[in-house]
Amino acid sequence: MSSLSIQHLLGLDGVPREDIQLLLDSADTFLEVLDRPIKKVPTLQGKTVVNLFFENSTRTRISFELAERRLSADVVNFSASTSSVSKGETLLDTARNIEAMKVDIVVMRHAAAGAGHFLSTRCTSKFINAGDGTHEHPTQALLDMYSIRQKHGSLEGLRVCIIGDIAHSRVSLSNIYGLKTMGAEVAVCGPASMIPWQLEKLGVRVFTNVDEALRFSDVINVLRIQLERDAGADFPSLREYHNSFGITRKRLEAAGKDITVLHPGPINRGVEIESEVADGPYSVILPEVTNGVAIRMAVLYHIGTKAE
Amino acid sequence: MASYFFKNARVVDPVTGLDGDRDVLVVNGIIDRIGENLSASDAQTLDFTGKTIAPGFCDMHVHFREPGQEYKEDILSGAASAAAGGFTAVACMPNTDPPIDNAAVATLILKRAEGLAVDVYPIGAVTKGRKGESIAPMIELRESGCVAFSDDGSPVYNTKVLRTALEYASMLDVPVIQHAEDPHLFKGGAMNESLVSTQIGLPPISRLSEDTVVVRDIAFTAYVDGRYHLAHMSTAGAAEAVRDAKQRGLKVTSEVAPHHFSLTDEALRSYDSNYKMNPPLRTAEDVLAMKEALRDGTADAIATDHAPHAIHEKEVEFVYAPFGIIGLETAFGLSVTELLLDGWLTLPQLIEKLSTNPRRILGLPVIRIEEGQPANFSLLDLAAQWTVDVNDFRSKSRNSPFHGRVLTGKPLGIFNNGQLILNN
Repeated sequence: MSSLSIQHLLGLDGVPREDIQLLLDSADTFLEVLDRPIKKVPTLQGKTVVNLFFENSTRTRISFELAERRLSADVVNFSASTSSVSKGETLLDTARNIEAMKVDIVVMRHAAAGAGHFLSTRCTSKFINAGDGTHEHPTQALLDMYSIRQKHGSLEGLRVCIIGDIAHSRVSLSNIYGLKTMGAEVAVCGPASMIPWQLEKLGVRVFTNVDEALRFSDVINVLRIQLERDAGADFPSLREYHNSFGITRKRLEAAGKDITVLHPGPINRGVEIESEVADGPYSVILPEVTNGVAIRMAVLYHIGTKAE
Repeated sequence: MASYFFKNARVVDPVTGLDGDRDVLVVNGIIDRIGENLSASDAQTLDFTGKTIAPGFCDMHVHFREPGQEYKEDILSGAASAAAGGFTAVACMPNTDPPIDNAAVATLILKRAEGLAVDVYPIGAVTKGRKGESIAPMIELRESGCVAFSDDGSPVYNTKVLRTALEYASMLDVPVIQHAEDPHLFKGGAMNESLVSTQIGLPPISRLSEDTVVVRDIAFTAYVDGRYHLAHMSTAGAAEAVRDAKQRGLKVTSEVAPHHFSLTDEALRSYDSNYKMNPPLRTAEDVLAMKEALRDGTADAIATDHAPHAIHEKEVEFVYAPFGIIGLETAFGLSVTELLLDGWLTLPQLIEKLSTNPRRILGLPVIRIEEGQPANFSLLDLAAQWTVDVNDFRSKSRNSPFHGRVLTGKPLGIFNNGQLILNN
């Protein structure tokens, strides 16, 4: 396999098409590994990966940890609640101390946008962003793209709409950057109060009517309302939100075409999406989860084995 | 006191209209003689060929952290930083700990500053504890030496309190200096709301936070015939509101910080917390609006909002870093580089913004470079090119986004209160 041009995976903004192509193609190989009776390769043997999770995350952390173990890396998990952060240590001191223990790759989830950028300029480890505030979540976008490609064969020219709480999401920006780089047409849809300022300048269409958005779309990526990020201040009630923006079977049928449905999870059933859709024939929500491990294996492999 | 003979200096005084090469003899802190081809054998002679003397600069907006956070800056280090930046006077904002909301704290600051070359003036809090709920003892604060009132760091947001404060300050003939910010719109924000905030995912602060409060405040100022000064103006909308208020003849003044006419929010793509200030860095359109406001007189003063923070406080995730940067030692270089060289201001106009106008706003005596007047000078090299190095600063703090930037125009030091302080 050839190698990435990037040193760290901090986001998909500015990541070249060749790099994304390489990661998606490599995931094919790793997906095949996951289907073997012995789901393990020695690719990262001798490398140490630290999962630095300053925010709770079940699926992303497990997905990364599985990917790391499938690649035979030594894995250390860190969560803020049991760390010296709760004793007042700064992020930089925490990272430098962990680094002094000779780790190779840091996978970090953090509530602050740019936390990975901040550390990557001050530390020597390779950094993989597992979600930073409302900024980016690049491996989620890669697995979304991989899942779309798996279904449609290519991303070029596909119409993809991200629907829901765009403003508080870290998935939407990564998806916008990655999908556009790969030649997809991208739109977003949600209440106007949940669309970030001047988002259309990133070259995306903006819908505030979900039925119009569905008529536009070949693929929809449905986002959760991030109530923990104060999203509740941006709309009147979950009931009204569901009635106006929720993805229902009726709405999908009215669009008159087979729309592929993604959701980065966790799902709020009956809010942004109804169960009939989440579990229905056009949903790739569960395959996305499997693909997530393969994509993260691809990212870890390429970042972890890249020479300085 | 010693005698000093500044030989062959360019003397620029916007008040008297003087702009020419002169010899200046200072005896016992007083300008004894000004003229051409003078001689003074008993005085220490300084060859000022190619150098400039201007009326001492006054920074009407600094944070000196004493009392309470002297590890960031204290009166002595702040004054040293001011002198290095060419400032002979500063006015200290009251967000100290305890705040300047009673005479004892104001007196402490004046006591600490006694005998310094830099004149240090306290600004009293508008409200008790800077809590925005009820006005501080403004008469007592004025009598103890406060030159204005402000809750800077926070807005005076309660409209009833604002009205009372404007009425009281007007009775005392000093301005209320407003930190214009709607706390509801500001809440949780870290940078200007723009395409950049959208792209880098930092929590945004809408320009409406500043614009709407300024418009509201001007209505109050007109109603009670008060004196209102807008601190650290940063948006095109606020400038438009102040311009309109001035055209209506209201007693409204404003200041612009050098970072707001030098930097845009594009710089935040680095996530460097040295670009985190409040109000936040705005867009290129706003930067142009600040320059235009300075040119047409909408902005009366250049003030630094010198806000020291320790390195460990800034070396954290951007959203957790405190707002504010230091500015005393880069203000003149940025003013020359961004405003003078680009033709936005003439040198006399620049000196008005740095010296004359801030003093007028604060009701301080305006400096005149004339025989018989106290010698209160900023000593300047307009042509010097230099590279900003935060390690050379006299401030205790290092939180400047201008480290490494090449500037034209360097302060050489100051003369004030009979003391000559030269850099290096």
